[in-house]
Amino acid sequence: MKFKLSRLTARGGRPSSPGPAGATIVISILVALSPAPGLAQQEIIISKDFDPNGWPKPIPVSISGFSGEVDNVLKTDLLFMGIVNVSPESAKYLISGSNAGRVEGRVVERINKNQLLGKAYTGGSARSQTHALADDIAVALTHKPGIAQTKIAFKGETGRGNGEIYIADYDGHNGQAVTHDQTIVSAPCWSGHSTLYYASYKLGAPRIFSHHLTTGARKMITPFPGSNISPAVSPDGSRVAMILSKGGSPDLYVSDRDGGNLRQLTSTKEAESSPCWSPDGQSICYVSRERGPPSLFVISASGGGPRRILTNGAPNPTEPDWSPDGKWIAFTSLMGGFQTCIVKAQGGDAIVIAPGEDPSWAPNSRALIFSRGPDHSKKLSLLDVPTKQVKDIARILESNSQSQPSWAK
Amino acid sequence: MNRLSPNTKIMKFKTFIKLSALAVVLCSSIVGCRKGLERTTPLQGRGVGAVSTPDIGGPILPGKTGDDTIKPVNNDTAKVDETVKPTPFPTPPAGDPNKVVPLNGALSTWGAAADQPFKSDTVYFDYDKATLKQGEVSKVERVAGGIKGLAGKALRIEGHCDERGTEEYNRSLGERRAMAVRESLMRAGVDPSLIDTISYGEDRPADPGHNEAAWSKNRRGEFIVIEPPGASTSK
Repeated sequence: MKFKLSRLTARGGRPSSPGPAGATIVISILVALSPAPGLAQQEIIISKDFDPNGWPKPIPVSISGFSGEVDNVLKTDLLFMGIVNVSPESAKYLISGSNAGRVEGRVVERINKNQLLGKAYTGGSARSQTHALADDIAVALTHKPGIAQTKIAFKGETGRGNGEIYIADYDGHNGQAVTHDQTIVSAPCWSGHSTLYYASYKLGAPRIFSHHLTTGARKMITPFPGSNISPAVSPDGSRVAMILSKGGSPDLYVSDRDGGNLRQLTSTKEAESSPCWSPDGQSICYVSRERGPPSLFVISASGGGPRRILTNGAPNPTEPDWSPDGKWIAFTSLMGGFQTCIVKAQGGDAIVIAPGEDPSWAPNSRALIFSRGPDHSKKLSLLDVPTKQVKDIARILESNSQSQPSWAK
Repeated sequence: MNRLSPNTKIMKFKTFIKLSALAVVLCSSIVGCRKGLERTTPLQGRGVGAVSTPDIGGPILPGKTGDDTIKPVNNDTAKVDETVKPTPFPTPPAGDPNKVVPLNGALSTWGAAADQPFKSDTVYFDYDKATLKQGEVSKVERVAGGIKGLAGKALRIEGHCDERGTEEYNRSLGERRAMAVRESLMRAGVDPSLIDTISYGEDRPADPGHNEAAWSKNRRGEFIVIEPPGASTSK
């Protein structure tokens, strides 16, 4: 057996030698398929650190020294940031520490013992200290901001279709209601980290509200007849995409953050629904029934003609969410049941990830939160997209059905 | 299969390289491990009461230290600012019944009347459709005739869906269904400025079941007679 290394290219750096995130080594090898000389040779490109869809492969670590809740929280946090716990001999990094009194942690490269992180955490709960450690580990190993201290918002049903908007840690803990409307509420969406937009039927018909979480002040931004639903705040927080039916059909509109400067982007007779923004704030992806069954479309936020986004293999796409890195659109496909899927932002062959609906991307463009289960008993679950691993988050006790998650970016 | 074979070879080759490297490093690893512990970088606690947060950590809610400093959301003080007034209703275009006609904002504040004579005229839709079935048109025509005799009243069409779509998709679909009924009423001669619409999506099923028998009852448009605020109490 002969192996001939024709080229060895190292691009970027490794975690031990700081460089851009997503550094990789591409090895191009000429392999002799047969001992007999002169036969065809095949060039094979192996991407060592990335899977075929371009996500970094999980980084193998071995975690030791923690106990109980801290151990569980740390492993879960790291899983959804692409860091997976394996046996010490398979690990690339060793994570050791303790949680006697306070959470302490240390990250060492297994082979050369180079220490990448050593920190202790005080104050708050053991859980919040662990989240802080997990985020520090993520920065050290992936060079990307962590997600362990991020927040989610969602709708919690409280009976007979009524519900309230809740916020919680991304893992479902420390949940609290932000509305007490005792009516239908829907489609919470973050603007920054202190304001939520959502629709509430509190005034009879569905209206869109902006709700400042620290002051409790909220403002109805759309006073129009008919549906005022599905708010989506632009990444810079300056504009809101929404569905209004005041013109005689549910159409896509965009306005300033306070509802001013309203502009109609579609004027089909069929229903549009569930808009979301591209991360650069230039485009809006939404669903239209213009051609019969639902399809995804992208339109410029400043108006113009829509462009259809194909989702081959995943029919009836609804509830799109554009990944913060701009590469993917996650959505729900209805094929018998709901399937959470992703497709490249320009459209093409869709990838079915897991049964469930209404996905929302994590800030790291790797994890999703989505809901699954039958109506009126839905639960929220986290999903590591590249490995398709799923984990339910903690439930809100007063609500037996949680849905429509929105991950604060 | 052609690709698999070389891949396997490469994996074996890489494993060999790794094992060789491992063997070299392993000798020093025991010593190294102890050494590593001894030269632990000073721990960076930040003092009592504060969770040490990373410089480039995940976003946190307002407050200095994240999780535990979220101010309670005091909804009792939540104020609904209703200073924005509905836009005035434009004159309905005459003639073309297929034209999309804007809703009349003045009806938003109207409430359900005490008498609801059109309870049995609820229209039903096919799965994922928002077009009125031919068999349902007679119901619409009956309602159109009835509402003309109710002076001072108007109609609100409630659009509903079964549970098989996603929530916001259904909310739009339900509104589109209500509007299909509204357009049918317009064709039957009802003034569009007397027809309001609301969608409940899948949130108000007529039948809570999870089968086609239930779903077919839930894909519907209901006719609610509405009247100006205070009309009932003045009776």
